[in-house]
Amino acid sequence: MLLFVEQVLNGLQYGAMLFMLASGLTLIFGIMGVINLTHGAFYMVGAYCAAFAILETGSFLVGMAAAILGAGLYAVAVELAVIQWLYRRDHLYQVLATLGLILFTNEAVAMIFGRQPPFVDIPPALSGTLRVLPGLDYPVMRLAFIAVGAAVAVGLWFLVNRTRVGMLIRAGADDREMVDALGVDVKRLYTSLFGLGGALCGLAGVMAAPLLAIEVGMGERVLITTFVVIVIGGVGSIRGALVGALLVGMVDSLGRAYLPQIMQMMLPPSVADTLSAGLVSASIYVLMAIVLVFRPLGLVPARS
Amino acid sequence: MTSRSLVILIGLALLALVPPVAGALGMPALQGTATRIVIYAIAAVSLDLILGYGAMVSFGHAMFFGLGGYAVAIVAYHTNMGQPLWGWEGTNAALIVWPLALAACGLLAVVTGWFALKTAGVQFIMITLAFAQMVFFILVSLQMYGGDDGLMMDARNALPLIDLTDNRTFYYVCLAVLVGWTALCASIVNSRFGLVFQALRQSERRAVNLGIRPLHFRLTGFVLSALGTGMAGVLWANYALFVTPDMAAWSKSGEFMAMVVLGGLGTLIGPIAGAAVFILLEQLLAGWTEHWMIIMGPILTLIALFGQRGLLGRWVGGRRG
Repeated sequence: MLLFVEQVLNGLQYGAMLFMLASGLTLIFGIMGVINLTHGAFYMVGAYCAAFAILETGSFLVGMAAAILGAGLYAVAVELAVIQWLYRRDHLYQVLATLGLILFTNEAVAMIFGRQPPFVDIPPALSGTLRVLPGLDYPVMRLAFIAVGAAVAVGLWFLVNRTRVGMLIRAGADDREMVDALGVDVKRLYTSLFGLGGALCGLAGVMAAPLLAIEVGMGERVLITTFVVIVIGGVGSIRGALVGALLVGMVDSLGRAYLPQIMQMMLPPSVADTLSAGLVSASIYVLMAIVLVFRPLGLVPARS
Repeated sequence: MTSRSLVILIGLALLALVPPVAGALGMPALQGTATRIVIYAIAAVSLDLILGYGAMVSFGHAMFFGLGGYAVAIVAYHTNMGQPLWGWEGTNAALIVWPLALAACGLLAVVTGWFALKTAGVQFIMITLAFAQMVFFILVSLQMYGGDDGLMMDARNALPLIDLTDNRTFYYVCLAVLVGWTALCASIVNSRFGLVFQALRQSERRAVNLGIRPLHFRLTGFVLSALGTGMAGVLWANYALFVTPDMAAWSKSGEFMAMVVLGGLGTLIGPIAGAAVFILLEQLLAGWTEHWMIIMGPILTLIALFGQRGLLGRWVGGRRG
C-alpha cells in the first residue's frame, strides 16, 4: 500500500513535468499549426542555464529566473529566425527544419557548457523529506515539483479562460484570419506564445535539474514522451495535455513498480527480467496505441 | 531524350564507375562510402514512395531499417553459436535469411501502419515516431543480443554463385538492388494502384467518393515502403557486419527524411542524389571538425526553408513542397 502511494506520487511528479512541456507544445501546435521538435531543446537550455546560474550564485531562485529567461528568450529567437517562415508550410518541412535546430542546439550547448554533465544540488529549503503518511517519507523536492505543476495548470487555465490574451489565443486557434482582420497583431501573439512555451520548458528544466541528469540529448527523450502525451490527450487541447500527462506519468511509474512482479508470476525469471525491462519502456506507447484505437483524436480533443 | 532519363544515365554511370575509379586512385575508402550511399539511397527511395507520393510523413522509418538489420544479425548469432532459435538450426543462406527479415519488417509495418493510419497529419508523424521508439527501446533491452552495444556478425550471408565476401561484388549487389527497387517503385507509382495512391494525396474526399477505401491503399503503400527500408537494413547489417539499436533511432528517421527532401520529394531519383550529398557532406564535415553537427543542423534547417524542389527536382519533375 505504501509502495502504491509512493508510486502514485512519483507518477504525479513525472506527470507535472510532462504537463509543463506538453501544454506549451500543444498550444503551439493547436494555434500555429507548427510541429516544434525544438521544444525538448528549450527544456535542455533551461536546465543548463539553471545549472550555470546556480553554480555561479549558489541561489536556486536565481537559477529559476535564469532557466525561465534563458529558455524563453531562446524560444523567441528560434521563432523569429526559423519558425515564423514555416507557419504555412507542410508538416514535413517543419519537422526537418526543427530537427536541424535540435542538432544545432545540442552541439552549441556541448560547446558552450562542455560535455561534462553539470550537477545541481537540491536547494536547502526543499531538501529532506516530509511524512505524507505514517511510515512514508517523501522528498520535499518532488512534492514541490508537483506543486509547481499544479500552479502552472491553474495559471494556464486562468490565462486562457479569463484574460484578454487568452481570449486572443482561443480566437486565434479557431480562426486566425478573422483575428488578423480584426486588427490583432497575430505575429506578435505567436512570438509571445512561443516564448511562453519556452519559459514553461525552462521551468520544467530547472525543477528537473536536481532530480535528473543534465546532459546533451536530455531534450529528445522527454520530447518524444511529450508527443505521446499530447496524442493521448488530444492535439491542441490544454486539458488534454493535463489528462495525458497524468495518465502517462502514472502508467510509467506504476509500470516500473509492478510490471516486473506481474511478469515474474507468469514467466520464468530469466525471460521475465529482460522482457519486463523492455515492456516498461514501451508501456506508454502501448497505452497510446490503445487510446488511438478507441479515440483517434485523443481523450479530450480540442474543439476545432 | 528527356532530362529525367539523362539524369538517370549520368547517375547510373557515376555509381557503376565508383569501384574501378576507387581502385585506380588507390582510395579503397571511396568504395565503402559509395556502398553506404547506395544502401541509404534504397531507404530514401522507399521513404519517398509514401512521403512524396502519398504525403504520409513517417517519422519512424528507422524501425524497419533497424529490424531488417537485427533480423539478419540475430539469425547469424544463433547459427554461429549453435543455439537453435525456436528449434530452428539457423542458416547463412541469404535466400532464406533475407526474405525472413523482410517478412518481419512487413509484419511490423502491417501492425504499426494499421494503428498509425487511423490518424493523419501531425498525429501520424508522432505515432510513427512513437512506434519507432518502442522498437528502439526493445532493441536496447535485448541483453542477449548485446543491448546498447549492438551485435557483431562473423560473416556476410551467402548467395549462390555470387561471392558477397568480396567488397566490390557486394557493392554491385547493393547497386543492383537499388536500381531494381527504384525501377519497381517507378512502375508502382505509374500503375493503377499508384494513381489511386496519389489521388488520395491530392484529395482524399474526392477519391473516397469515387469508391476508394483509403486504408487499403495507404497500408499497402506503407508496407511496400517498409519492405524497401528493411532491405536497406539487411544490406547494412551485411555491409557493416555490426548492428546497433542506433539503426532504429529517431535521428535516423530524420536523416532519411532529410535525404528525400534534399534530393527532391516525389521524384524517386532525387532521394538517391539526396543520400549521396547527405553522406558526403556528413563525411566531409566530420573530417573537418568534431563539432560538425553545428554546421549540419543549420544546413538541414536551410534545406527545409528554401529547398522546396530539392537538388534534382528541376530536372526530374518534382513538385513544389
